[in-house]
Amino acid sequence: MQIFVNEQSCQAQTETSLYGLRDRHKPDADLLIVNGFPVSQDQPLKDGDRVTLIKRGERPSAAELEALMMARHTPGVHAKIKNSCIGIAGAGGLGSNIAIALARIGVGRLIIADFDLVEPSNLNRQQYFIDQIGLPKVEALRDNLIRINPGVQITSIQQKITPDNLLAHFSAVNVMVEAFDAADQKAMLISHFLRSCPQTPLVAASGMAGYEASNSISTRKVAKNLYLCGDGTTAAQQGRGLMAPRVGIAAHHQANAVLRLLLGEEPE
Amino acid sequence: MNLQINGQNREYPSPLTIVQLLDQLDLAIERVVVELNREILTADKLADTQLTDGDTLELIQFVGGG
Repeated sequence: MQIFVNEQSCQAQTETSLYGLRDRHKPDADLLIVNGFPVSQDQPLKDGDRVTLIKRGERPSAAELEALMMARHTPGVHAKIKNSCIGIAGAGGLGSNIAIALARIGVGRLIIADFDLVEPSNLNRQQYFIDQIGLPKVEALRDNLIRINPGVQITSIQQKITPDNLLAHFSAVNVMVEAFDAADQKAMLISHFLRSCPQTPLVAASGMAGYEASNSISTRKVAKNLYLCGDGTTAAQQGRGLMAPRVGIAAHHQANAVLRLLLGEEPE
Repeated sequence: MNLQINGQNREYPSPLTIVQLLDQLDLAIERVVVELNREILTADKLADTQLTDGDTLELIQFVGGG
């Protein structure tokens, strides 16, 4: 029978057990993952099983890393997303969190645009570090993403996105993500993008300020190929700030909507 | 004329442009995405677009934060 060991196809005898496989391929492995789930007991294997053998603390080679990183994925997911290209407009509280989630799951390519620099008030919710204050956000984010998953191709655009340059950067993406802060910029990006690329799904966000209940944030289909994450109403304003938990919830709604679209599922 | 706005049927006198409709609904043009009969319109088209009986609109208002 055929077993995938660290994503490599191997022939195994029909009676092969998990521990037998480990002893043959990597006897010092102390973390065994079968079909996306860690197991702590020996078990019989069947044709088509995906087994990942990891020695904790060992740094894998670049070639091995991708397979080991995806060991906890639902089987089959990685193959469907690794050739995808996602555009992210804005690298603030939403965009930096979305980019990290998508890099961790191994999307093939991210095109990220933001004109701004990292500054101290970003650090309450955005995925940057104190030693990155003053750097362009797209540069700092690329550095952080590469530390997480060097296999992701990243295109960084330090520019303000306008109706005139939008398509030059984003017309070829599989899914577009709106991750701006200002409401008028959100509306500008969405209307111009969907007007020009009506066949490309767009995942946007509106309403994630303050500390209202987590469950008021949802993902809804609001127009053809337009998905909206957030509560739709809580604006950032004087007296109601933007903070890591709720911005992160909205950002991860967006990231999961992207993943579902790539896998052919409706995000709603 | 009858317009379906965000799933609700409502009567409006014609002629009416989208900008006039947004004004009546107290929606800020620059913060709204407009879908007319399943097609998104950009802001520069809203003043010139006359609505007609039976049109279906989705008006998606955005708030700041991110």
